[in-house]
Amino acid sequence: MNRIQSLFEQKENKVLSFYCTAGYPRLQDTLPVLTALQAAGADMIEIGIPFSDPLADGPVIQESSAVALANGMNLQELFRQLKDVREQVSVPLILMGYLNPLLQYGVSRFCRDAAACGIDGLIIPDLPLEEYRREWQHAMEAYGLNMIFLVTPFTPQERLREIDECSSGFLYMVTTAGTTGGSIGPDEATKRYFSFIKEQRLNRPVMAGFGIRDKPGFDQACAYVNGAIVGSGLIRVLQQYPDKGEIVIRDFVHSFF
Amino acid sequence: MNFTIDENGYYGHYGGAYIPEILRTNIVALKQQFLALRDDPDFNAAYDRLLRDYVGRPSPLYYAPRLSERYGATIYLKREDLNHTGSHKINNTIGQVLLARHMGKRHILAETGAGQHGVATATVAALMEMQCTVFMGETDIARQQPNVEKMRLLGATVVPVTSGSKTLKDAANEAIRYWIHYPADTHYVIGSVIGPDPYPDMVAHFQSVISSEIRQQLLSEEGVACPHAVIACVGGGSNAAGAFYHFLEEEQVQLIGVEAAGKGVDSGHTAATIATGSAGVIHGSKTLLMQDSDGQIKEPYSISAGLDYPGIGPLHAHLHETGRASFLQATDEEALQAAFLLMRMEGIIPAIESAHALAALEKLSFSNTGPVVVCLSGRGDKDMDAYIRAAPASFKNHQL
Repeated sequence: MNRIQSLFEQKENKVLSFYCTAGYPRLQDTLPVLTALQAAGADMIEIGIPFSDPLADGPVIQESSAVALANGMNLQELFRQLKDVREQVSVPLILMGYLNPLLQYGVSRFCRDAAACGIDGLIIPDLPLEEYRREWQHAMEAYGLNMIFLVTPFTPQERLREIDECSSGFLYMVTTAGTTGGSIGPDEATKRYFSFIKEQRLNRPVMAGFGIRDKPGFDQACAYVNGAIVGSGLIRVLQQYPDKGEIVIRDFVHSFF
Repeated sequence: MNFTIDENGYYGHYGGAYIPEILRTNIVALKQQFLALRDDPDFNAAYDRLLRDYVGRPSPLYYAPRLSERYGATIYLKREDLNHTGSHKINNTIGQVLLARHMGKRHILAETGAGQHGVATATVAALMEMQCTVFMGETDIARQQPNVEKMRLLGATVVPVTSGSKTLKDAANEAIRYWIHYPADTHYVIGSVIGPDPYPDMVAHFQSVISSEIRQQLLSEEGVACPHAVIACVGGGSNAAGAFYHFLEEEQVQLIGVEAAGKGVDSGHTAATIATGSAGVIHGSKTLLMQDSDGQIKEPYSISAGLDYPGIGPLHAHLHETGRASFLQATDEEALQAAFLLMRMEGIIPAIESAHALAALEKLSFSNTGPVVVCLSGRGDKDMDAYIRAAPASFKNHQL
């Protein structure tokens, strides 16, 4: 059982996960941000691998990716930084990255090096199920990495079931049509979608993401699913206070309690 | 050798649909609709009628006597520049907007580099009463201003894109992001043979009218359906795909694509994807692209906004890999010289994109061969600033 499964065994609701961009705001901030998030009470962390053309991201994460790339972040550097991360961080860690940089690094090599650092799972937003099966499933299973797929309000029920079968760890429920950095409202459509997902009684735990920016949004999501992922909101505070990471991270995480 | 797409949307190793899950439903529906309508008599009758009465097709296949004499060859120009809106782009736009209307979509998105695809899309959107939003990089807005004004006059909203290099790649990124926000009632009209399956196949299909006409016209002019060679410029590669399409299985026909070398293939300021790229995934498709060793997409450069793209359609990557087509590169300077030559020898001001195809005539020898067809994909109105800036002094001082 890996750390993701252990987490959901111990905690079925109000699982609070954060997204941070590797090498942001400064190249060497990756590890301090992870330790600060864990110390503040984050249950799980997604580490974003910066990419030049992040299609599913809104302006905040786009900007953080551009800064991280300018800082010199790449996969070699990231794996160097994460080499001993498990000496300091025990919460589940997930790498989130677009496909092309991972392909250039090599599918099998990427899975091997991620697993060696103690990474638990991957999110690859532009890797569809079909290509995952052809090119990724074998290597990921061999290295014990969970694959976390996204499901959206436009995913048909039949495909939702199929994705649920193929996912390991949890399902990433995209709350609303849009890129990252929007916000969910208490509107009827959002409620209907949350209810629909809850009624499906899926095999995997479900984490809501995209548009969860504060406690009301988090609580709303937790009324239906196991927890939520906060991304752009954290990047925004790091952008504003790049030199006070530890304090602003603590305050930001605590604002969800 | 098979040059048609397989059931998963691959040409050999290239193609596929690498898209965020939220767009999958749209892509699947689009593919179903396209496959259902591509051979539908009513759909094709409507499409053909618009191409004839609205676009002005068939476009002439013009024998260029002075160019032929200069190069010692039989050179024909496929005059896509004479289409309504001034380029081949409208062939695809009409097809896709008709499809979108069948699907009940009301809002059309497009990316544009030179503005040719944006103008074609804004035009057809006006014709078919659709809302139209065009994404265009700030750099391109500055260098193709007349087309920006045309799109606005036609009722489109032009959204300036400020991310990345502020050119075609970034405009496509932003169009995809917008589509992610409004997937239900919106259709994204991709302007080239790029993007996730079914786009490369669909755009090539709608552009294939170019080679279909070349065959008929050449038969009546020369008594043969197949030329010795077909030459076309390649950014994403839609006019080349259309000009090659009906010759892919005719192995005796040389297919020649011409990429934009910018300031030189090895200068670091280039858009020559075949010459400098490697396999990867961009805009939803596995293909050749310009990237660094970390897999970050490189910013391309070309004087031509329409060729200023770091990828290439998966069909062309496959044609390159199999050797069925060959790809040359022409620099900014070579393209400009070819454009000036066409102006003075044939009285035609070509688009700077199409001038790259003409530049290949300097690099190849066609003496004692059959006819050579160059696809003149667009006209040069939009490039007047660049031409005036670069024109030799002797061009500017012809006063009586």
